[in-house]
This record gives sequence, structure tokens and C-alpha cells, in this order.
Amino acid sequence: MTPAISITGLHKHYGAKHAVDGLDLDIHEGEVFALLGPNGAGKSTTVEILEGFRKRTSGNVTVLGTDPHHGDRDWRAQLGIMLQSTSERSFLSAREALTHASRQYSNPRDVQETLEAVGLTEKANAKPQTLSGGQRRRLDVALAIIGRPRLVFLDEPTTGFDPEARRQFWRLISTLRSDGTTIVLTTHYLDEAEFLADRIGIIAGGKLIALDTPAGLRARATDATVQWKEDDVARFETTPTPTALIAELSSRFGGEVPELSVTKPSLEDVYLDLIGRVGDAGLDASEGAAA
Amino acid sequence: MSATTVAHPSWISTAYDRMIVELKEFFRSREQMIFIFAFPVIFLLLFGTIFGGQDLGDTDVTFPQYFLAGMIATGIINTGFQSLAITISIDRDADALKRLRATPLSSTAYFVGKLAQVLVVSVIQIAILIGLGVAVYDVTIPTSAAAWLTFTWVFLLGTAASVTLGIATSSLLRNAKSASAILTPVVLVLQFTSGVFVVFTQLPSALRTFGEIFPLKWLAQGMRSVFLPENFAMAEARQSWEHPMAALVMAVWMTAGLIVAVRTFRWQRYDDN
Repeated sequence: MTPAISITGLHKHYGAKHAVDGLDLDIHEGEVFALLGPNGAGKSTTVEILEGFRKRTSGNVTVLGTDPHHGDRDWRAQLGIMLQSTSERSFLSAREALTHASRQYSNPRDVQETLEAVGLTEKANAKPQTLSGGQRRRLDVALAIIGRPRLVFLDEPTTGFDPEARRQFWRLISTLRSDGTTIVLTTHYLDEAEFLADRIGIIAGGKLIALDTPAGLRARATDATVQWKEDDVARFETTPTPTALIAELSSRFGGEVPELSVTKPSLEDVYLDLIGRVGDAGLDASEGAAA
Repeated sequence: MSATTVAHPSWISTAYDRMIVELKEFFRSREQMIFIFAFPVIFLLLFGTIFGGQDLGDTDVTFPQYFLAGMIATGIINTGFQSLAITISIDRDADALKRLRATPLSSTAYFVGKLAQVLVVSVIQIAILIGLGVAVYDVTIPTSAAAWLTFTWVFLLGTAASVTLGIATSSLLRNAKSASAILTPVVLVLQFTSGVFVVFTQLPSALRTFGEIFPLKWLAQGMRSVFLPENFAMAEARQSWEHPMAALVMAVWMTAGLIVAVRTFRWQRYDDN
């Protein structure tokens, strides 16, 4: 099957700064793909190139079979785009904004159902100035999906959400995925990427440094941390062979080891380790680029 | 997956829907309401009070009657040019245009929605000014079909020139702050040199020549030809309403605005690429 998104040798230079520095990536139809990376890594630059908002310096990109730089009306009708910035200035209520947006599509989602899906029914008719930052963000999500897009881009969608709103957003993404929608999201939240994504791409210094399923990424961590208490002092040791360490501890203590625990590293640990290695290798992961 | 057939709602329905959105946004914006509706009315009352019922020279036209036509003309410029250029700049700064660009909305439907909003607002504004003129300054509303025909083409051409120039200007200015800072004095200078705040024939000749370059002068003169008695034409700069020249100057500006607008319009901020 042709991928929903195909990127080969993508470069984006701002003067001497290489915001995207040779990116190759295919994103499949129906996949939820999370793009992770530190600020300035090139996530948003990449996404904005895919959305047709930025010109690339070089490389080949197709999104739903079209070069985004030449994306036309037919192409945009199949996309749902949520920008990183939120609309602050509006004179329309959430319901009005959604109703008007829905009229640009031939087969839109139901406005009421969409309001429910993002949890804005109670605020549907409220004056736009009374919406909180998180509520505006939810309206942005609703606007991105109102046209029943085949492919949705969500650029840091849950920034400013309270925990309940995030859970609700996650459920919404699951529903979209079960409808066969392809979803590309950028996020800073590892738990979000782990919960939602079929695959995670980690980008740093404009390069893809890891591409795997959440489970595959986790499995990269071989070491476990063993913690226990000895002489009233909390001790820990990181080891690739925790069983052997525990056997040794057990014989030392002659049975039970006080306050023993073994933790596998979280996805966050794996992520920080990967990002850290890029930084240590002196690659160009500098701050301040158009993120 | 390549060539998928995609259905779209009709162009007419999306353009109509854009007009409704634009009108809602206009009528809910207090700043715009005050600027567009209160501003010309306040100036008309102010000038009417200052000059009272004095006749203009040896004509039987009073100053307030003369200013009414000018206020209608400047109202069209305020709505179609100044206010439009500033709101588009604000929308661009706030990524609202970028957001629209992320949807299948066609550019023409967007611009026609803007134009329709300007036309509706201008008609309301003109009705308010005429109502005030009739109630307070004994302005007589023309009854002949010819006068209303003149009104129609002067109004449409003046609005079209304002809108194309407004859209063009919004793209030439870097951001919304510079838009209002630059456009306010520009429009003010035109108002003083186009027979809006000052009777055109009383201006020094250099200022008259300057004013004649720009469309506001011709728009105001065209409106005077509708709302002032026929014989007042003799009191104009060239003893004529000069309709062909008015049409030509406004059409040239409209075309120039259109060319610049089409070539330079941006949906994204200048620093966004």
C-alpha cells in the first residue's frame, strides 16, 4: 500500500542552521504516528512542510499522493490541520465556529457530536472570550476533525489540557483511529505518545534518531534499577542482570531483602538517553530554531 | 490513492457562508462598530455645528449638505480600505488566515465574502448618514432613476477600488501595528485634500492637484453629483461633475489594487516560513 506520507532526504535550511537535516520517513495509512523531540529539533518544521505551510530546501515529500507545496483544494479537503498556535481572537462561539467550518466540507461530522467528542457541549454557546486556553485548544481539535479528514495533523494538541481533558482527547484519537484516520501528532508528553501511537519517531538536530513502536523503544533499555535498604540507607544499583544481583543480595541478607524493588526504565528514560546521546555526540541540536 | 475524487460544497454557498462569518465578526467587534458607524456621524454633526446653515458661496447648498456627500465617500474608504486592511493584517498576525488556508476554502470565496461584508456595512453606514442628513440638514433624497444609477456605479466602483487597495495594502504592511499607524494619517491627508473635511475648491491649487491623483476626491465628487442639486456642478473645480474622469480614476486604482493584491497576498505572517 502507498504510504499516507512519504519523506525522503528532506532538508530545511535557515541560513546556516539545518532545521531538518536529511529526514527519511514513511507514515502508513491508518497509523497513529507520534513525532517526539526537544524544542528546536525540527518537529514542527517537518510537520509544517507536510502541511504545505513551509517550503523545503530539498528532498521529496508526498502527502496523500500530493506534493504539499502544490497542494490544492481537493488535497486540503482530505486534511485536518491543528496548528501549534491557538486562535486567541474570535467573535464566534464554539458551536458557530464549528458550524461554519463544517460548511466547507461535503461530508462533515455532526457539529453536536463533535462538540461532545471534545467535551465542549457545556461551553458550546459561550462567548469565545470566556473559553480557557485548554478549551480553545479542544475547539482547535474539533475544527481539525470536523471535515472527516483522511489525515490529521495535531501539533502539540494537549498543551494546556487538564488530566481529564487529556484522557478525553486520548479516547477521541482512539475513535478516529478505529475509523481508519491517519494521525500525525507532535508532543512533549511521553505517556501520551506511548498510549496513542502505533509508532514513535524521535527527532533531534533535524534527524530521525529512532523509529519504533512504543514497546520496541522500551525494549531498548536493557538495564533495570534494583533498590533496597541496607544499614538504614536507601541503596540502588543499575544492572543488565537484576536477577543475579537480587540472588546475591538475598544470600547476603540471608533471605528477605529490605524494601526491595526492581524498576524497568520508562519510555522517558529511553527517550532522555537517546536525546542525551545526540547532545553528547555534539550534533547540531541547538536551540532557538523555528521549532 | 493518488487521484481521489473529492466533492466540495458549491462555491456560492461557501462564499455566502464567509459573508455571514465576516458580518458576525464585524458586528461583534466594538472597535469596528464605533469606527465605521459613529465616526462619520460624529464628524458630520461636528462640521454641521461649526458651519451651521451657511450657504456655500453663491449656491443654495449648505456646508452640511456638501459634507454629507464627503462623509459618505470617506465612509466607503474607511470601511473598504482602512478597516479592511487593518483587520486582514490582524487576522494574518493571529494566524487566522493560516488557519483558513488549512481548510479547503477557495481564495475567491474568502475575498468575495470580505467584499460582500464591506458592501453590506457600507450600505447601512450610508443609510444612517442620509437619514441624519434628511433629519437635521434638509438634504433632499434624489428621486430620479438617473441619480440612483449614478449612486450605484459610484458606490460600487468606489467600494471595489477601496477593497482591492485595502487587500493590497494589508500584504505590503508587515504587521497589524504598522497597518493602523501608517493608514490612519494616509487616510486623514486624503480626507483634507479630497473635499471631505474642506470644500475642494477652497484648497490651494497644489493640494487640489495632489487630491485629484487619488480616488477619494472622485468618489466624493461622484457622491455630490447624487446628493446636491444639478446646478451645483457649476461650483465644482471644472464646472462639471466629471463622471467619465471619476470612473476612470477609480477604475485605474481598482485595477492597480487588484494586480498588487493578487501578486502579493500572503496567508502567513512574514516571519512564518
